[in-house]
Amino acid sequence: MRVRVLIRPKKGILDPQGQAVERALPALGFDGVSGVRVGRLVELDVEDPERLGEVCEKLLANPLIEDYEIEELTPAGAEAR
Amino acid sequence: MRFGVVRFPGSCDEEDALHACRRFGEGELLWHEDREVRGVDAVVVPGGFTYGDYLRVGAIAALSPVMAAVRDFAREGGPVLGICNGFQVLCEARLLPGALLPNVGLRFTCREVEIEVANGSSPFTVACAPGRRLTVPVKHFTGRFHAPARELDAIETRGQVVFRYAAGQNPNGSERDIAGVSNEAGNVLGLMPHPEHASDPLTGSSDGGLVFESLARWVEATGGTVPVGSASPGWSPATAGRHTSSAVSA
Repeated sequence: MRVRVLIRPKKGILDPQGQAVERALPALGFDGVSGVRVGRLVELDVEDPERLGEVCEKLLANPLIEDYEIEELTPAGAEAR
Repeated sequence: MRFGVVRFPGSCDEEDALHACRRFGEGELLWHEDREVRGVDAVVVPGGFTYGDYLRVGAIAALSPVMAAVRDFAREGGPVLGICNGFQVLCEARLLPGALLPNVGLRFTCREVEIEVANGSSPFTVACAPGRRLTVPVKHFTGRFHAPARELDAIETRGQVVFRYAAGQNPNGSERDIAGVSNEAGNVLGLMPHPEHASDPLTGSSDGGLVFESLARWVEATGGTVPVGSASPGWSPATAGRHTSSAVSA
Protein backbone atom coordinates (compact mmCIF):
# COMPACT_ATOMS: atom_id res chain seq x y z
CA MET A 1 0.00 0.00 0.00
CA ARG A 2 1.31 3.43 -0.86
CA VAL A 3 0.71 6.00 1.85
CA ARG A 4 1.48 9.60 2.50
CA VAL A 5 2.30 10.82 5.97
CA LEU A 6 1.79 14.51 6.66
CA ILE A 7 3.76 15.81 9.61
CA ARG A 8 3.20 19.24 11.08
CA PRO A 9 4.20 21.15 14.20
CA LYS A 10 1.72 20.54 17.00
CA LYS A 11 -0.79 23.23 17.69
CA GLY A 12 0.71 25.75 20.09
CA ILE A 13 4.30 24.99 19.09
CA LEU A 14 5.99 28.11 17.81
CA ASP A 15 6.87 27.60 14.14
CA PRO A 16 9.42 30.24 13.13
CA GLN A 17 9.67 28.71 9.67
CA GLY A 18 5.97 29.25 9.10
CA GLN A 19 6.30 32.79 10.43
CA ALA A 20 9.18 33.53 8.06
CA VAL A 21 7.16 32.31 5.08
CA GLU A 22 4.17 34.31 6.23
CA ARG A 23 6.24 37.47 6.51
CA ALA A 24 7.73 36.95 3.05
CA LEU A 25 4.41 36.68 1.25
CA PRO A 26 3.39 40.37 1.36
CA ALA A 27 6.67 41.21 -0.42
CA LEU A 28 5.30 39.29 -3.40
CA GLY A 29 1.98 41.06 -3.20
CA PHE A 30 0.17 38.19 -1.49
CA ASP A 31 -1.76 39.86 1.27
CA GLY A 32 -4.29 38.26 3.53
CA VAL A 33 -2.35 35.05 4.18
CA SER A 34 -2.02 34.01 7.80
CA GLY A 35 -1.59 30.98 10.00
CA VAL A 36 1.24 29.53 7.90
CA ARG A 37 2.68 26.32 9.32
CA VAL A 38 5.49 24.41 7.66
CA GLY A 39 5.68 20.64 8.03
CA ARG A 40 7.00 17.62 6.21
CA LEU A 41 5.61 15.05 3.82
CA VAL A 42 6.78 11.44 3.61
CA GLU A 43 5.51 8.96 1.02
CA LEU A 44 6.16 5.27 1.42
CA ASP A 45 5.11 1.78 0.39
CA VAL A 46 4.16 -0.40 3.32
CA GLU A 47 3.48 -4.11 3.40
CA ASP A 48 1.85 -4.02 6.80
CA PRO A 49 -0.33 -0.91 7.24
CA GLU A 50 -1.15 -2.08 10.76
CA ARG A 51 2.33 -1.06 11.86
CA LEU A 52 2.23 2.35 10.24
CA GLY A 53 1.21 4.10 13.44
CA GLU A 54 4.27 2.71 15.14
CA VAL A 55 6.45 3.80 12.22
CA CYS A 56 5.14 7.33 12.63
CA GLU A 57 5.40 7.43 16.41
CA LYS A 58 8.87 5.95 16.56
CA LEU A 59 10.59 7.64 13.66
CA LEU A 60 8.71 9.74 11.12
CA ALA A 61 7.27 12.14 13.70
CA ASN A 62 8.27 13.17 17.20
CA PRO A 63 4.90 13.03 18.99
CA LEU A 64 6.10 15.53 21.55
CA ILE A 65 6.28 18.32 19.01
CA GLU A 66 4.57 17.04 15.87
CA ASP A 67 1.19 15.72 14.77
CA TYR A 68 0.89 13.38 11.86
CA GLU A 69 -1.83 12.29 9.53
CA ILE A 70 -1.83 9.23 7.29
CA GLU A 71 -3.38 9.29 3.83
CA GLU A 72 -3.86 6.16 1.74
CA LEU A 73 -2.72 6.76 -1.82
CA THR A 74 -3.53 3.28 -3.13
CA PRO A 75 -5.70 0.85 -1.23
CA ALA A 76 -4.27 -2.54 -0.25
CA GLY A 77 -4.37 -5.02 -3.12
CA ALA A 78 -4.81 -2.37 -5.81
CA GLU A 79 -1.17 -2.42 -6.77
CA ALA A 80 -1.11 -5.43 -9.09
CA ARG A 81 1.77 -4.91 -11.49
CA MET B 1 38.59 7.53 34.93
CA ARG B 2 37.89 6.63 31.31
CA PHE B 3 35.66 8.70 29.07
CA GLY B 4 34.23 7.27 25.86
CA VAL B 5 33.33 9.76 23.13
CA VAL B 6 30.94 8.47 20.49
CA ARG B 7 31.80 9.22 16.89
CA PHE B 8 28.97 9.01 14.36
CA PRO B 9 29.15 9.70 10.65
CA GLY B 10 28.64 13.47 10.70
CA SER B 11 30.05 14.12 14.17
CA CYS B 12 32.38 17.10 14.20
CA ASP B 13 33.15 17.91 17.84
CA GLU B 14 34.47 14.56 18.99
CA GLU B 15 38.13 15.60 18.86
CA ASP B 16 37.55 18.63 21.07
CA ALA B 17 35.48 16.48 23.41
CA LEU B 18 38.33 13.96 23.61
CA HIS B 19 40.76 16.77 24.29
CA ALA B 20 38.57 18.03 27.15
CA CYS B 21 38.18 14.51 28.56
CA ARG B 22 41.92 13.90 28.48
CA ARG B 23 42.55 16.93 30.63
CA PHE B 24 40.80 15.14 33.48
CA GLY B 25 41.14 11.45 32.66
CA GLU B 26 41.62 9.04 29.81
CA GLY B 27 39.57 9.35 26.67
CA GLU B 28 38.82 7.05 23.78
CA LEU B 29 36.53 7.06 20.78
CA LEU B 30 33.52 4.80 20.48
CA TRP B 31 32.08 4.13 17.02
CA HIS B 32 28.42 4.36 16.01
CA GLU B 33 28.36 0.66 15.11
CA ASP B 34 29.75 -0.44 18.49
CA ARG B 35 27.40 -2.65 20.44
CA GLU B 36 29.00 -1.95 23.79
CA VAL B 37 30.62 1.03 25.48
CA ARG B 38 33.82 -0.92 26.24
CA GLY B 39 33.79 -0.48 29.99
CA VAL B 40 34.18 3.31 30.04
CA ASP B 41 33.11 5.26 33.14
CA ALA B 42 31.29 8.03 31.27
CA VAL B 43 29.95 8.46 27.75
CA VAL B 44 30.03 11.71 25.80
CA VAL B 45 27.74 12.12 22.79
CA PRO B 46 29.36 15.03 20.97
CA GLY B 47 28.12 17.69 18.61
CA GLY B 48 27.83 17.51 14.86
CA PHE B 49 25.28 16.59 12.24
CA THR B 50 24.82 12.86 12.76
CA TYR B 51 23.75 11.02 9.62
CA GLY B 52 23.20 14.40 8.01
CA ASP B 53 20.50 15.13 10.61
CA TYR B 54 18.02 13.83 8.06
CA LEU B 55 14.35 13.70 9.00
CA ARG B 56 14.86 15.50 12.34
CA VAL B 57 18.04 16.41 14.15
CA GLY B 58 19.33 13.37 16.01
CA ALA B 59 16.47 11.10 14.95
CA ILE B 60 18.49 8.60 12.94
CA ALA B 61 21.45 8.56 15.33
CA ALA B 62 19.10 7.71 18.18
CA LEU B 63 18.49 4.36 16.47
CA SER B 64 22.16 3.47 15.89
CA PRO B 65 23.67 0.34 17.50
CA VAL B 66 25.86 2.31 19.89
CA MET B 67 22.85 4.15 21.26
CA ALA B 68 21.32 0.86 22.36
CA ALA B 69 24.51 0.29 24.35
CA VAL B 70 24.42 3.85 25.68
CA ARG B 71 20.82 3.32 26.74
CA ASP B 72 21.81 0.21 28.73
CA PHE B 73 24.75 2.09 30.25
CA ALA B 74 22.44 4.94 31.29
CA ARG B 75 19.87 2.56 32.74
CA GLU B 76 22.55 1.09 34.95
CA GLY B 77 23.26 4.60 36.24
CA GLY B 78 26.32 5.41 34.14
CA PRO B 79 26.81 9.11 33.38
CA VAL B 80 26.06 10.25 29.83
CA LEU B 81 26.78 13.76 28.57
CA GLY B 82 25.20 14.95 25.33
CA ILE B 83 26.44 18.20 23.83
CA CYS B 84 24.52 20.11 21.15
CA ASN B 85 23.69 17.45 18.55
CA GLY B 86 24.42 14.93 21.30
CA PHE B 87 21.65 16.59 23.35
CA GLN B 88 19.32 16.27 20.36
CA VAL B 89 20.25 12.60 19.95
CA LEU B 90 19.54 11.89 23.64
CA CYS B 91 16.15 13.60 23.40
CA GLU B 92 15.27 11.61 20.29
CA ALA B 93 16.43 8.45 22.09
CA ARG B 94 14.00 9.46 24.89
CA LEU B 95 16.80 9.36 27.40
CA LEU B 96 16.04 13.01 28.12
CA PRO B 97 12.74 14.85 28.33
CA GLY B 98 11.67 17.39 25.76
CA ALA B 99 12.82 18.19 22.25
CA LEU B 100 14.95 20.74 20.45
CA LEU B 101 13.30 23.00 17.88
CA PRO B 102 14.71 25.55 15.42
CA ASN B 103 15.94 28.75 17.05
CA VAL B 104 13.30 31.43 17.39
CA GLY B 105 15.27 33.81 15.17
CA LEU B 106 15.74 31.13 12.48
CA ARG B 107 19.44 31.92 12.51
CA PHE B 108 22.40 29.69 13.11
CA THR B 109 23.85 31.23 16.26
CA CYS B 110 27.57 31.03 16.96
CA ARG B 111 28.84 33.02 19.93
CA GLU B 112 29.87 32.84 23.55
CA VAL B 113 27.08 32.85 26.12
CA GLU B 114 26.95 32.91 29.89
CA ILE B 115 25.24 30.02 31.58
CA GLU B 116 24.47 29.55 35.25
CA VAL B 117 24.74 26.37 37.24
CA ALA B 118 21.16 25.74 38.34
CA ASN B 119 21.85 22.43 40.07
CA GLY B 120 25.27 22.19 41.68
CA SER B 121 24.90 18.63 42.95
CA SER B 122 24.62 16.96 39.56
CA PRO B 123 27.45 14.62 38.47
CA PHE B 124 28.19 17.23 35.82
CA THR B 125 28.50 20.21 38.16
CA VAL B 126 29.97 18.99 41.46
CA ALA B 127 33.21 20.85 40.71
CA CYS B 128 31.34 24.16 40.31
CA ALA B 129 30.85 26.61 43.15
CA PRO B 130 27.18 27.33 43.87
CA GLY B 131 25.76 29.88 41.44
CA ARG B 132 28.86 29.65 39.26
CA ARG B 133 28.59 31.23 35.83
CA LEU B 134 30.35 29.63 32.90
CA THR B 135 31.33 31.32 29.67
CA VAL B 136 30.96 28.80 26.84
CA PRO B 137 30.15 29.01 23.14
CA VAL B 138 26.95 27.95 21.41
CA LYS B 139 26.80 27.10 17.71
CA HIS B 140 23.53 25.70 16.52
CA PHE B 141 20.38 26.22 14.51
CA THR B 142 18.12 23.82 16.38
CA GLY B 143 18.61 24.59 20.05
CA ARG B 144 15.27 25.81 21.36
CA PHE B 145 14.43 23.48 24.24
CA HIS B 146 10.76 22.64 24.43
CA ALA B 147 8.64 20.47 26.67
CA PRO B 148 4.94 20.69 27.55
CA ALA B 149 4.30 23.18 30.37
CA ARG B 150 3.35 20.53 32.90
CA GLU B 151 6.51 18.58 32.16
CA LEU B 152 8.58 21.76 32.47
CA ASP B 153 7.13 22.26 35.95
CA ALA B 154 8.04 18.71 36.89
CA ILE B 155 11.53 19.08 35.46
CA GLU B 156 12.09 22.22 37.52
CA THR B 157 10.69 20.70 40.71
CA ARG B 158 12.94 17.68 40.44
CA GLY B 159 16.08 19.75 39.92
CA GLN B 160 16.58 18.50 36.38
CA VAL B 161 17.48 21.95 35.08
CA VAL B 162 21.24 21.80 35.47
CA PHE B 163 22.22 24.85 33.41
CA ARG B 164 20.27 27.99 32.57
CA TYR B 165 21.18 30.80 30.21
CA ALA B 166 22.00 33.89 32.25
CA ALA B 167 19.50 36.76 32.02
CA GLY B 168 19.44 38.17 28.51
CA GLN B 169 21.71 35.42 27.16
CA ASN B 170 19.16 32.95 25.81
CA PRO B 171 20.35 32.51 22.20
CA ASN B 172 17.53 30.39 20.82
CA GLY B 173 14.26 30.97 22.67
CA SER B 174 14.57 27.92 24.92
CA GLU B 175 11.72 27.73 27.35
CA ARG B 176 12.52 28.99 30.85
CA ASP B 177 16.06 29.76 29.66
CA ILE B 178 16.94 26.09 29.96
CA ALA B 179 20.42 25.43 28.59
CA GLY B 180 21.02 21.99 30.05
CA VAL B 181 18.61 19.39 31.38
CA SER B 182 19.04 15.98 32.97
CA ASN B 183 16.89 12.89 33.14
CA GLU B 184 14.95 12.19 36.29
CA ALA B 185 17.70 10.02 37.77
CA GLY B 186 20.21 12.77 37.05
CA ASN B 187 22.86 10.67 35.32
CA VAL B 188 22.07 11.79 31.77
CA LEU B 189 22.63 15.43 30.84
CA GLY B 190 22.13 17.27 27.59
CA LEU B 191 23.14 20.85 26.94
CA MET B 192 23.31 23.05 23.86
CA PRO B 193 26.39 25.11 24.83
CA HIS B 194 29.75 23.50 24.16
CA PRO B 195 31.86 23.01 27.31
CA GLU B 196 34.40 21.02 25.27
CA HIS B 197 35.19 24.06 23.12
CA ALA B 198 35.98 26.07 26.24
CA SER B 199 38.05 23.61 28.19
CA ASP B 200 41.54 24.86 27.41
CA PRO B 201 42.91 28.32 28.35
CA LEU B 202 44.20 28.53 24.78
CA THR B 203 40.64 29.08 23.53
CA GLY B 204 39.88 31.98 25.88
CA SER B 205 37.50 30.55 28.44
CA SER B 206 38.29 27.25 30.08
CA ASP B 207 35.08 27.25 32.14
CA GLY B 208 33.68 24.30 30.21
CA GLY B 209 36.42 22.13 31.67
CA LEU B 210 34.46 22.19 34.94
CA VAL B 211 31.85 19.89 33.42
CA PHE B 212 34.47 17.26 32.61
CA GLU B 213 36.26 17.82 35.90
CA SER B 214 32.95 17.35 37.72
CA LEU B 215 32.37 14.05 35.96
CA ALA B 216 35.87 12.84 36.78
CA ARG B 217 35.47 13.81 40.44
CA TRP B 218 32.03 12.33 40.66
CA VAL B 219 33.10 9.02 39.17
CA GLU B 220 36.02 8.89 41.57
CA ALA B 221 33.82 9.67 44.58
CA THR B 222 30.91 7.37 43.76
CA GLY B 223 32.36 4.58 41.69
CA GLY B 224 30.56 5.96 38.72
CA THR B 225 26.96 4.91 38.88
CA VAL B 226 23.83 6.46 40.25
CA PRO B 227 22.96 4.71 43.49
CA VAL B 228 19.54 3.15 43.41
CA GLY B 229 17.38 3.59 46.48
CA SER B 230 19.71 5.71 48.59
CA ALA B 231 21.02 9.24 48.60
CA SER B 232 24.76 9.76 48.57
CA PRO B 233 27.12 12.75 48.59
CA GLY B 234 26.99 14.66 45.37
CA TRP B 235 23.64 13.21 44.66
CA SER B 236 20.36 15.07 44.61
CA PRO B 237 18.07 13.59 47.27
CA ALA B 238 15.10 14.52 45.14
CA THR B 239 16.11 12.01 42.54
CA ALA B 240 17.74 9.28 44.57
CA GLY B 241 16.00 5.97 44.25
CA ARG B 242 13.98 7.05 41.28
CA HIS B 243 15.85 5.32 38.63
CA THR B 244 13.40 5.25 35.79
CA SER B 245 13.29 8.30 33.59
CA SER B 246 9.79 9.48 32.90
CA ALA B 247 11.02 10.27 29.42
CA VAL B 248 11.63 6.60 28.72
CA SER B 249 8.07 5.63 29.44
CA ALA B 250 6.54 8.78 27.97
